[in-house]
Amino acid sequence: MSNKIDTLIRMANDIGNFFNAESDKELAANGIKNHISRSWDPRMRNAIITYNKEDGSKLSDLVRNAIAKLD
Amino acid sequence: MMSINKDKDFGTPASTSTNLVNLEIDGFKVSVPEGTSIMRAASSIGIDIPKLCATDSVEPFGSCRLCIVEVEGARGMPASCTTPCGEGLKVSTQTQKLADVRRGVMELYISDHPLDCLTCSSNGDCELQDMAGAVGLREVRYKPVETHLHAVKDESNPYFSFDPSKCIVCSRCVRACEETQGTFALTIEGRGFDSKVSPGQNESFMDSECVSCGACVQACPTATLMEKSVIDHGQPEHSIVTTCAYCGVGCSFRAEMKGEQVIRMVPNKDGKANHGHSCVKGRFAFGYATHKDRITKPMIRASIKDAWQEVSWEVAINHAASELRRIQTKYGKDAIGGITSSRCTNEEVYIMQKLIRAGFGNNNVDTCARVCHSPTGYGLKQTFGESSGTQDFDSVMKADVIIVIGANPTDGHPVFGSQMKKRLRQGAKLIVVDPREIDLVKNSPHVKANYHLKLRPSTNVAVINAFAHVIVTENLVDEAFVNARCDVASFNKWRTFVADTRHAPENTESITGIPATELRAAARLYATANNSAIYYGLGVTEHSQGSTMVIGIANLAMATGNLGRVGVGVNPLRGQNNVQGSCDMGSFPHEFPGYRHVSDIATHTLFEAAWNAELSSEPGLRIPNMFDAALDKNFMGLYCAGEDIAQSDPDIQHVHSALRAMECVIVQDIFLNETAKFAHVFLPGASFLEKTGTFTNAERRISPVRKVMKPLAGYADWEVTQMLANALGYPMNYTHPSEIMAEIASLTPTFTGVSYEKIDEQGSIQWPCYDEASIGTPIMHEDTFMRDDGKGLFMLTEFVATSERVNGKYPLILTTGRILSQYNVGAQTRRTENNAWHSEDLLELHPHDAEDRGIKTNDWVGIKSRTGETVLRALVTEKVQPGVVYTTFHFPESGANVITTDNSDWATNCPEYKVTAVQISKVNQTSEWQAKYQEFSDTQLDLLEQGIVNG
Repeated sequence: MSNKIDTLIRMANDIGNFFNAESDKELAANGIKNHISRSWDPRMRNAIITYNKEDGSKLSDLVRNAIAKLD
Repeated sequence: MMSINKDKDFGTPASTSTNLVNLEIDGFKVSVPEGTSIMRAASSIGIDIPKLCATDSVEPFGSCRLCIVEVEGARGMPASCTTPCGEGLKVSTQTQKLADVRRGVMELYISDHPLDCLTCSSNGDCELQDMAGAVGLREVRYKPVETHLHAVKDESNPYFSFDPSKCIVCSRCVRACEETQGTFALTIEGRGFDSKVSPGQNESFMDSECVSCGACVQACPTATLMEKSVIDHGQPEHSIVTTCAYCGVGCSFRAEMKGEQVIRMVPNKDGKANHGHSCVKGRFAFGYATHKDRITKPMIRASIKDAWQEVSWEVAINHAASELRRIQTKYGKDAIGGITSSRCTNEEVYIMQKLIRAGFGNNNVDTCARVCHSPTGYGLKQTFGESSGTQDFDSVMKADVIIVIGANPTDGHPVFGSQMKKRLRQGAKLIVVDPREIDLVKNSPHVKANYHLKLRPSTNVAVINAFAHVIVTENLVDEAFVNARCDVASFNKWRTFVADTRHAPENTESITGIPATELRAAARLYATANNSAIYYGLGVTEHSQGSTMVIGIANLAMATGNLGRVGVGVNPLRGQNNVQGSCDMGSFPHEFPGYRHVSDIATHTLFEAAWNAELSSEPGLRIPNMFDAALDKNFMGLYCAGEDIAQSDPDIQHVHSALRAMECVIVQDIFLNETAKFAHVFLPGASFLEKTGTFTNAERRISPVRKVMKPLAGYADWEVTQMLANALGYPMNYTHPSEIMAEIASLTPTFTGVSYEKIDEQGSIQWPCYDEASIGTPIMHEDTFMRDDGKGLFMLTEFVATSERVNGKYPLILTTGRILSQYNVGAQTRRTENNAWHSEDLLELHPHDAEDRGIKTNDWVGIKSRTGETVLRALVTEKVQPGVVYTTFHFPESGANVITTDNSDWATNCPEYKVTAVQISKVNQTSEWQAKYQEFSDTQLDLLEQGIVNG
């Protein structure tokens, strides 16, 4: 795994930590999905989507759910 | 351009009363606001009463006795400066009796004043000389045995001279230092004949507390306090009003000129951001513009190991364009991008992002706000609906409680800092939330913080949640405001969230280090005042939870109803002069001008039609993402104008690696900055004195930047960008920046009513300015917020501890900031005499931490983080708390960003500059990185020298 994907995993989990304050986890996942979709370059989005499909173990469950919605 | 005619001096400040009084002066009827002095009333109808100790920037003093008048039916001859107008008064300003007294007064003054008018530096600009003429002084009968004529000059300040032999002890300088600047560095020492102006305790200016703001020089009526540039070059002959290129206050200045030479920068009395005040940078530190290090010829080279080659503009531009296209052909359309700068004008930033979006064909554009206030843009957009502060600067004068969070206004935004201090001296209460004891806490005369909440770095969100907890659980919410103005469902959710006991000050105390009783008292103070205002800086934004904290601040202001009127609000203090503007102009990779998302169909269609180009609707790369992509070999070309990412960005070794990995780095700058040492094309830029445009300050004020001299390299920066666009095959044909502003106005609703004509007419305009009739918007969100439904949105702000933790190996937290005399990466101020105040970055540490490690002030200390290591000199001080160390980042060789990490804000990737776990130890030599970097830098300067010689 390259450093780049580690950076993206950390970024995604940080976003997840913010939206995790929302008790409705479906709403939270949509918040994460929208944030990533509106602010990440497609290269970054594709990399995290691929990682989520192939491994995903370093992502929180909430973030995994959100990224699955990006695909 | 205007003649050198100075701003009219009305003698005393204006009254703000709305009640009018009527009187008669020399037979002319006049109506003035109640409280207006007779002197000012007379001046308002063109009657200039002789004066020396009065000037309208300070309160009247009544000491010179030159401004005496006669009032019908009243006894004596009152001073017109200290006598307010009364209803029905009949005033005479010129009678024989008054003339006799005035002539006598002048005779006494001149008896102890050098008669060297013809060779005096003030010749032609001396109020004493003018008054001698006005009163008709023809002889001086006194031959005093003792005089001050041989008093010794103080030349210690690099910018101005103090010649006490010419001082008339009018006290204008003393009052300016107190009232305008708020430093109280000057005093009148001694009594009677021995009275003299004294900096500090009879010290030199440089040894005193003087901050060299220039207010005393501005106020001096004689040649006593005089700019050395005027002494050297003589009086200027014309002036042009322009806007300072330093901090986000955006002061208006008159550039006083001799031909194309700036003689001095004089703060503009009509400037609505600064009201005639200035700081040491804007007032004096403009010499960098003509510094010998300026590069004025375009240069290219194949590799950073090669010598530079001076070439024509045509060759340089064509080479840059062909390299960018080559890279796109080889690596793809998205393999190039650009970085705009807050030091460039709105017009320059606008056409640069236009070039990238329309000419490069992608959205890989970012700006330095990424590393400072991007969380402000995000947080305020989400909650209030617009990415900007809510108030004008003058609003602070109506604030009853001021909270300053993570900002140091007296150093970072000094002119606004002076205004804030003035309000605090009038009695406003102050809460400082900062790990460090900034000067406002207790080191500013007559200002003392009611509460200094000395939090642990990185715990901002826990603090703001504790504030909110107190407000919600103690029923201090402004329910009427919330119900009328906010999204009530989001408020109810937020209320439940912050009411949880985990946010209680008693439970956050162990996280934040702030005693619960203090935090509760501060929260009550904020919530219960009539007008409470929050001012914040990079101590809020440059954290892993920067955006969360901005949202938390917005929540707090909405919950207490502190929005939508004068005296309240959420006020980000922007770091650089045009941070607000560069963001407004569409510098972010996900937003077109006016903060509209690139995927928004209506906006996308609008810009595609206007720009006649196919535009991407996908967000581009942010600056740190560009670096990662470069190391992944899919971002290989960069156009960087006015930014110095190789010094200013975090984890600098990573940045340097990324720059080395790129195949073409194009730098447009006035100096061979640190980034240019990694560049392949250098396009010489123009300083703010050499171009026309606008800057937008922290209060959304769009102010004019006017060319006072020709660009040293031949072109203004917008012209260079335009040439590059044309060479890339994307046509741009602007003939003047006003045409660019007209395009911005036509495409951006918040700028619709902005035009150069209106800026010339009004002096400046604050956006939003929705139509041609609008004069701008000093206070935002007065009736509705700018979200689609007009309601303010509350958002949940859970505290999440940063992953950057202290441990046994790295037990201290390093935080960073800036100092008054230097500016950011120092490229400008380091090339001025400002180095006299601060010639190197120091590491501040608490005496306990110093003692534990055997460190004394001036010792070399190594600072090691998980990322890197550097060495600085130590300054042992109680300004920082135990466990926290602090430094500035103005000198590249300091390597402050060698040790900062790549941690960043979750929403915007703004770096977490404010929190780095470090260990420090006493050392004897510079770090390995510093040695290597010095060698690299020296090599690059040699390669530059070779290029200049060859050219």
